[in-house]
Amino acid sequence: MVNMIRAKQPLGPNVVELVVEAPRIAARARAGQFVVVRLHERGERIPLTLADWDPGRGTITLVVQMVGKSTRELGERFGIGDTIRDVVGPLGSPSAIRRYGTVVCVGGGVGIAPIYPIARALREEGNEVIAVVGARTKDLLLWLDRIAAVSSELHIATDDGTQGVKGVVTIPLQEVLTARKVAHVWAIGPAIMMKFCARTCQEFGVPVTVSLNAIMLDGTGMCGACRVEVGGETRFSCVDGPEFPGDLVNWDLLLSRLGTFTDEERYALERYVAAQGGRL
Amino acid sequence: MIRPTQVPMRERDPRARTNTFDEVPFGYTSDEAREEAARCLQCRDAPCMNGCPVNIHIPKFIREIREGDFEAAIATIKQTNNLPAVCGRVCPQEVQCQAPCTLGRRFEPVAIGRLERFAADWESQHGVRVPEVAPPTGFRIAVVGSGPAGLTCAADLQREGHAVTVFEALHEPGGVLMYGIPEFRLPKRIVQGEIANLRKMGVAIEVNAVIGRTFTVDDLFTEGYEAVFIGTGAGLPQFLGIPGENFVGIYSANEFLTRVNLMRAYLFPDYDTPVKVGTTVAVVGGGNVAMDAARTALRLGAKRVMILYRRTEAEMPARVEEVHHAKEEGVELHVLVNPVRFRGEGGRVVEVECLRMELGEPDGSGRRRPVPVPGSNFVLPVATVIVAIGNQPHPLVPRTTPGLRVAGGGTIWTDEEGATSREGVFAGGDIATGAATVISAMGAGKRSAAAIHRSLTRSRGRA
Ligand SMILES: Cc1cc2nc3c(=O)[nH]c(=O)nc-3n(C[C@H](O)[C@H](O)[C@H](O)COP(=O)(O)OP(=O)(O)OC[C@H]3O[C@@H](n4cnc5c(N)ncnc54)[C@H](O)[C@@H]3O)c2cc1C
Ligand SMILES: Cc1cc2nc3c(=O)[nH]c(=O)nc-3n(C[C@H](O)[C@H](O)[C@H](O)COP(=O)(O)OP(=O)(O)OC[C@H]3O[C@@H](n4cnc5c(N)ncnc54)[C@H](O)[C@@H]3O)c2cc1C
Ligand code: SF4
Ligand code: SF4
Ligand code: FES
Repeated sequence: MVNMIRAKQPLGPNVVELVVEAPRIAARARAGQFVVVRLHERGERIPLTLADWDPGRGTITLVVQMVGKSTRELGERFGIGDTIRDVVGPLGSPSAIRRYGTVVCVGGGVGIAPIYPIARALREEGNEVIAVVGARTKDLLLWLDRIAAVSSELHIATDDGTQGVKGVVTIPLQEVLTARKVAHVWAIGPAIMMKFCARTCQEFGVPVTVSLNAIMLDGTGMCGACRVEVGGETRFSCVDGPEFPGDLVNWDLLLSRLGTFTDEERYALERYVAAQGGRL
Repeated sequence: MIRPTQVPMRERDPRARTNTFDEVPFGYTSDEAREEAARCLQCRDAPCMNGCPVNIHIPKFIREIREGDFEAAIATIKQTNNLPAVCGRVCPQEVQCQAPCTLGRRFEPVAIGRLERFAADWESQHGVRVPEVAPPTGFRIAVVGSGPAGLTCAADLQREGHAVTVFEALHEPGGVLMYGIPEFRLPKRIVQGEIANLRKMGVAIEVNAVIGRTFTVDDLFTEGYEAVFIGTGAGLPQFLGIPGENFVGIYSANEFLTRVNLMRAYLFPDYDTPVKVGTTVAVVGGGNVAMDAARTALRLGAKRVMILYRRTEAEMPARVEEVHHAKEEGVELHVLVNPVRFRGEGGRVVEVECLRMELGEPDGSGRRRPVPVPGSNFVLPVATVIVAIGNQPHPLVPRTTPGLRVAGGGTIWTDEEGATSREGVFAGGDIATGAATVISAMGAGKRSAAAIHRSLTRSRGRA
């Protein structure tokens, strides 16, 4: 059945991987694109990146970090055999995959999953792919085997040093950019991480693409909720993006717009947790 | 003796109604409808019909209401209009059917829209008759977009026996009728009822199908559809392009209304989508969209709602009734005012700076052009701003359909029948004309349906 969850597995604290039946989307998906899901009749529309897809089986893979009401509900209340009310996509403009030469793909935290299909597509196109991944701690790293399978080098950083080098992803990124002639960098992760990756790349004069996680509503270009500023111009991240040149992004604006509904989000989460019997 | 004024329609009290999203006008009772119908002069030349984009036989259905034969009245209307409950509520009657009404030369014109609404509501209370469908022709037709243009085109083609599938990007069909026009003006159950009838006729509706992403128009032909009608509307919001427009608290009307209508944010937290409205709200624009946004903001708890419009009330494109309702409910009209910049604190909008305008020479649209008064800058404190200055054609289908000719303003070019530059592809409604009206979109859907039917039956010699 369409939109039915076929497989589910935890990938670490508060992160789940879901395989969902969605043949139409799997048939057309390209690296860098996303879907919008609505869990049930009363649900909101939330964007999630296509972390993987299988046109043969007709499935897509989503990796979800449980941060608020909707993502917790999806991770905690939806299991194998359950059906998500609406899944629409593939949305967004695909990544610009072509022959660059040597490229670096940086994934931070749950951003490691969406960087995977981009790395894979770049590799299939004949690029040498160097992967750099990071997280706060070892348990939050995910999909290392998949990333390793599509890269020639895998660099790891954790804030607490439990795996790889101790520190943030910009440390190994800097090392790679110093040692190698890199044509292009992709960076996906928390806004703050992307911002610093962009700064590092700028110092080395290497172009960098980031994937912006603006608040979205329809995901098809009709509301402007997702507007961001890139190079001083207003763009809609759901149709013009979500990928943009990192050095041109107005990060402060992105971060402040992400806080639009902070009070409502907190209230919704508290209410959800109370309804679950207070389990936080 | 003819009653000089229209039989008034009872309405919810203005003070009570800003606490609820329930519909404002109650509609006529049978007696009121018959009294209003009796005002019609039954003009032989029926000038009113020329004002209706789908040419409803107006004197006939009004005579039937006067005679108490409501079933006949609704049948007459439905010969040319499949969404009368919608049109009776939202048509700008004062510039369409009621403008040329003979009675209007001396008195108030006949309240044609209210009578149409009465007949449609009467039918929905007495059991809707689903139109008969001709035997299957074997032709498959794809309709892209489920606004009034798409729904009308689908209904007419299905009635001819073709197998129609409607593809809609959002999770609910209805277009602007679902996501734009608020509940208090057009209850969603009415739109859902019309869509249910369409399904009963056999029309298939696929939601969550974004043409240009999930499929392309070319894929639809590959899948075996023999004709495609594009009714994707004018869904691209325009912004002012002035400094500070991306501060938190500034919404496009599309975002604001979609959160509230389609996503039911007015029922948050029972529904998950939030919307935030501050105590002082400025709405920029003077059309129906601006009035809807302003009245919605009041209902969400705003204490002060100001409409900022750069011309005067006389030039406002909104329906007269909407401006009247907005004022009654306490919306302030600030005319001859144009925002020039927003100021924010901590990323949130706190002030809008405006310039006063005066009316100069008439422009291309015949309306007097507003020109700024130098040095007249002033600021208004605001917590929320809603930009309602218009929508442009949605670019996704034109961008992803090779060979589709695009005309001025991003509209899809068509001939009078809605045929585009691509064989077998038709288009109509706001995507072809730019933002217009429900009834003109329906008219376009009808014309294209007729043209598609002719070309298909001709092509297989079954005519
Ligand atoms: C194009 C795109 C792709 C995305 N892909 C993924 C993905 O693959 N996996 C995944 O787990 N998440 C992804 N996100 C983020 C995801 O959409 C949000 O986490 C989700 O909408 C939050 O909903 P919620 O109700 O659970 O939390 P909310 O109650 O909405 O928010 C809880 C917390 O999360 C923060 N938050 C809200 N929205 C976002 C956002 N868009 N990005 C980052 N933080 C946010 C809030 O500020 C708040 O602190 C993506 C976002 C975009 C725009
Ligand atoms: C707030 C508001 C109030 C209004 N008030 C009035 C009024 O009182 N009276 C009046 O006459 N007119 C009014 N209008 C204008 C009227 O609603 C429109 O002119 C009319 O809806 C146009 O119909 P349409 O079928 O062309 O497009 P729409 O109603 O815009 O429908 C287009 C549909 O196509 C879908 N779509 C878009 N792109 C794709 C795609 N790529 N794939 C699949 N589906 C797609 C959209 O999601 C949408 O459902 C109002 C408009 C708004 C926004
Ligand atoms: S459809 Fe609109 S224009 Fe035509 S008669 Fe009805 S209200 Fe008037
Ligand atoms: S023009 Fe007015 S009075 Fe004459 S038939 Fe039409 S509605 Fe009746
Ligand atoms: S999410 Fe609505 S325009 Fe991008």
